[in-house]
Amino acid sequence: MVTAILVAGGLGAILALLLATAERRFGSGHAADARLVDQINALLPQTQCGRCMFAGCKPYATALARGEADINQCPPGGDATAAALATLLGRESRRVSCTRCSVPSYPVVAWIDEAVCIGCTKCILACPVDAIVGASKFMHTIIAADCTGCELCIPPCPVDCIEMRPALAGETASA
Amino acid sequence: MTAAVAVHCGLRLDTHKRPSTLRALRQATLPAEVVLPLDQHADGVTVATVKPGDTVLLGQPVAQPQSDASAWLHATVSGRVIAVEPRPAPHHRGESTLSIVIASDRKEQRYADHHSIDYETLDPVRLCEHIARGGIVGLGGAMFPTAAKLLQARQTAGIHLVLNGAECEPWISCDEMLMRERAQDVILGARILCRALNAARCTVAIENDMPDAHGALMTALAGTSPSVIELVVVPRVYPAGGERQLITTLTDLEVPYDGLPSDIGMVCQNVGTAAAVARWIRDGEPLISRIVTITGSGVREPGNLEVRLGTAMSSIIADCGGYVDGVSTRIMGGSMMGVALPDDSLPVIKGTNCIIAATAEDLHPRGAEMPCIRCGNCSFVCPASLLPQQLHWYAAAGDLNALEQLGLMDCIECGCCDYVCPSQIPLAQRFREAKPALVAHLASRQQAGLAKSRFEAREERLGRIEEEHRAKLEEKRKGLKK
Repeated sequence: MVTAILVAGGLGAILALLLATAERRFGSGHAADARLVDQINALLPQTQCGRCMFAGCKPYATALARGEADINQCPPGGDATAAALATLLGRESRRVSCTRCSVPSYPVVAWIDEAVCIGCTKCILACPVDAIVGASKFMHTIIAADCTGCELCIPPCPVDCIEMRPALAGETASA
Repeated sequence: MTAAVAVHCGLRLDTHKRPSTLRALRQATLPAEVVLPLDQHADGVTVATVKPGDTVLLGQPVAQPQSDASAWLHATVSGRVIAVEPRPAPHHRGESTLSIVIASDRKEQRYADHHSIDYETLDPVRLCEHIARGGIVGLGGAMFPTAAKLLQARQTAGIHLVLNGAECEPWISCDEMLMRERAQDVILGARILCRALNAARCTVAIENDMPDAHGALMTALAGTSPSVIELVVVPRVYPAGGERQLITTLTDLEVPYDGLPSDIGMVCQNVGTAAAVARWIRDGEPLISRIVTITGSGVREPGNLEVRLGTAMSSIIADCGGYVDGVSTRIMGGSMMGVALPDDSLPVIKGTNCIIAATAEDLHPRGAEMPCIRCGNCSFVCPASLLPQQLHWYAAAGDLNALEQLGLMDCIECGCCDYVCPSQIPLAQRFREAKPALVAHLASRQQAGLAKSRFEAREERLGRIEEEHRAKLEEKRKGLKK
């Protein structure tokens, strides 16, 4: 009886140790993580606006995969994205929190008042998708087809010459 | 030669073609005023090159295309431009769209700059470009510019040209009349298109209920030297004349769902388009008129008329003896895929193949819609091999991913499914309504992919710059230590 318990217990302990070492050494935890990040990222609207308080859609997806963020932090994706994330991650569905920001219900793109622009390049550095062209001391302009409407170019502008306008049909990079 | 197999599934419908084919082709009364909508080609934009007050001659270009998806427009009467303004148009179901309005001076003075061309010595690409200047578009109803289609298909070597004379929709007989009365034009058009495409073969496909057209085409072919053009009779099944369905019937090959016929070495043109090409090349006459079938029990003398584009529909109905009592609906196109028109003051456009003045007995009766009973009749008749009952289910739920996977975009809206539906569900209409949402969804996903790749490229670039900067600092530090 005692021998049996000892043998079974000992075997269990040894195998558990073996498994734990193997998991640490050859573990697929990292690969699975990357796959999950890609799956989450595919559900996000790729606006790269940072309204979720992360540096873009992929950083938010990474945080979600690690369980460090909530599913309702993406205003451009709206409730549909939150619901899709809840289904994917097996969490409880929640409405998007609108405490920090709101987004227009129609697609928008940035527009530069070229008469006012002083060519400081600050907006170019801020654009997450390289949708602004221009050079120092030269007028800048938005490539409307590539603009995601993230509004990140607005705060850095020292002369307030950028505004958001409704996108014409087929003009926005993410709806 | 006769094709052995019919189109996959489909329906054998009453054709109702007899009333409109009893009389010979006639000329419609010349209109006093024509209205030419500027956006009548596929989805491209055309810009007017004339302004109100200008005098124009018959066949003079009045609007210029802005892209490959649009085509030239020509004055269809000689006279004076009286307005360039929004007018109701049939392809928008009577909504207004920017149009050129020309008042006729009844002199029929021809524009002198258009001449006949010797197509056999002209470079094929030049020939395609010349066809574009004739304003010629697909006359089967799609109104896609012929030249753009030819230039795209030319890139495939040894292409097989199919001239589509399988006019499968009930009521329409304009292509049949064209082949009966102007078989020479069709065959000449086929030769010109073969030259433009460097085509290895050409097949003219007609349905097996058109013996007169068959005879006329055989006569026209017999008058010429042995050629690459052959005539094939296909079984009369709706929708045998759909581009993809016809190609499958003729060759047993299926056009890829996300591709074009040229991917399997085929290109399809309507016989009317070929005849229009022939008139443009041989006579220097651009696309200013087309054959329109006026039929239905609601019109006194059904028939086929050659009509100047822009003529009001009421005028050609008057040419056919006017209405009898009890007209319930006016339809442009066939009874299966046509669109109902709000009134008959709308102009004839390049894609107007038929006008049906229908009384209640002409139309397939439709009762109140009932729930789907999952009988599966719709999936048995679907010529695109889809599952309409599933599409209906997911369209109601708005599940765009499921609609994409079940191939909603491959639906040709032929209406076979709602014709056989015992629950009287207007399935084709549902699918037509569901498509824009799916198109928007697919476009936004594509755009999101673009934004993602741009974001990742920028991240990569910033990382590289940072790395280089660090490496430089490190080098400097090392230099200081020494």
